[in-house]
Amino acid sequence: MRVALLINGVPHAGDVDPRTSLADFIRERGLTGTKVGCEQGACGACTVQLDGDPVRSCLTLAVQADGTSIRTIEGLAGEDPHPLQTAFHEAHALQCGFCTAGILMTLDAFLRDHPDPTEQETKEALAGNLCRCTGYEGMLRAVARLRPNV
Amino acid sequence: MKPAPFEYAAPETIEEALELLDEDALVLAGGQSLVPLLNLRLSRPARLVDVNRIHELATLKRSDGSLSIGATVRQATLERSPVVRHGWPLLAQAVRYVGHAAIRSRGTVGGSAAHADPNAELPVALTALNARFHLRGPRGARVVEDFFTGPLETALAPGELLTAIELPPLPADSRTAFAEYAPTHGSFASAGVAVVRAPGHAAIALLGTGSHPIRAAKAEEALREGHARDAAELAASEIAHPHRRALVAALAREAFDATAPPTR
Repeated sequence: MRVALLINGVPHAGDVDPRTSLADFIRERGLTGTKVGCEQGACGACTVQLDGDPVRSCLTLAVQADGTSIRTIEGLAGEDPHPLQTAFHEAHALQCGFCTAGILMTLDAFLRDHPDPTEQETKEALAGNLCRCTGYEGMLRAVARLRPNV
Repeated sequence: MKPAPFEYAAPETIEEALELLDEDALVLAGGQSLVPLLNLRLSRPARLVDVNRIHELATLKRSDGSLSIGATVRQATLERSPVVRHGWPLLAQAVRYVGHAAIRSRGTVGGSAAHADPNAELPVALTALNARFHLRGPRGARVVEDFFTGPLETALAPGELLTAIELPPLPADSRTAFAEYAPTHGSFASAGVAVVRAPGHAAIALLGTGSHPIRAAKAEEALREGHARDAAELAASEIAHPHRRALVAALAREAFDATAPPTR
C-alpha cells in the first residue's frame, strides 16, 4: 500500500506491506535515530511525535500514519543542539543512549504542555520509557536545569 | 517480532466497515492493545478494519446534558477536554492512569471498552457512570447497558461495531474519585475503585475481580446512608482474591474520604 507522510518536514513516500510498523518505515528511510526495543509498547525507545503528540512508532502501522507529520530525534535539533540535548549532556542523563531518542521525544512533548513541571510530574512522564543504565537521576537533573526560574 | 500478514482496509463510513467485518476480521482503533498482540502473533486476523478514518466516530460532544464519546475519541482527548473535566470528572481522574502519554495519544476510549482488559481503568469508570454502549451490526443498531461480560469479553456480537459510548449527566453536587494500586505508574492496575457520590446517590465500581468491572451494590447502599467505613468493607467483600480484597478496602476508604460531603 502507498504511504506518503512528512518526516521532520521532508516528504517521504513508499509502498509498504500493511504490517510494516511506523518505526520500521522511518528506519528504512535511513533515519535510524529512532530505536526499536521491545516491539510491544513497553519500553518507549521508539517514541516519535505524530502531528505533535508522542506515540509509540512500534504500535502504529505505517499505513495509519499516511498523511501525517512525523518528528523524530533527527528533527529535534536546529543549527545547535536542542536545549534538552544540551541539558542531558551537562547532567550526564545518558549512558548507552539506546533509550535516549525516545526519552527526548517524550520529554519535548511533555515540556510543551508542562513548561514548569514538578519532579513527580517528570517522573510520571518518564515512567513510560525504560532506561536500564542511568537510574533516571541525571534525567531529572536535566529537566530541572530547564525550569524557567532556574 | 513482526505481525503475521493481514489485509488492511480503512473504510470511511460505518456501513463500509460493517461489510468488511467478517469472521476473520478485527477492528483496529488506537492499536495500543491490538498491535502488541499482532506483533507477538498472539492474534492473527486475516483482515484489519481500521476505523480511524470514519469521521463520525471521532466526535466527543455534549448534547441534552449527556456526553457522547465516539468510538475513536483518543484517551488524550478525554484528558484535555474541559467538558469532561467539569461534567464527568471521574473520567478525567481515571484516564490519567491509563498507560503513558504516548499510549493515550493513540489509544481510544472505545478501544479500551471493546478490549475489556480486566485490569483496565476506563471500563471501571464507565461502569460507575452508567454508560450506555451504542452498537451497530449487520442487523441494525442497539444500545447495551451491561456491556462488560467477562475478562476480555463484551456484549459485542460477531460483526458488530461499538460506535459510541453515552454517559448520562451526573446528579447535582456530585463528587467523584478514582483510586488505584499499580506496581508502577502507567502499568495495569491490581485493584481500583471508582466512585460517584451525591446527596442520595452513590455509585461504586471495582477493578480487581479478575474479570469484568462490577458495581458494589451493598456498599453503594451503605455509602448513600453515610456509612463510609462499612461501605469500604462491603466493597472489599466483593473481591475473592485476598491481596486484591485488602487493596480494594484501602482504596475504597481513600476514594470515600476524597468524596466526603463538605462539612459545614
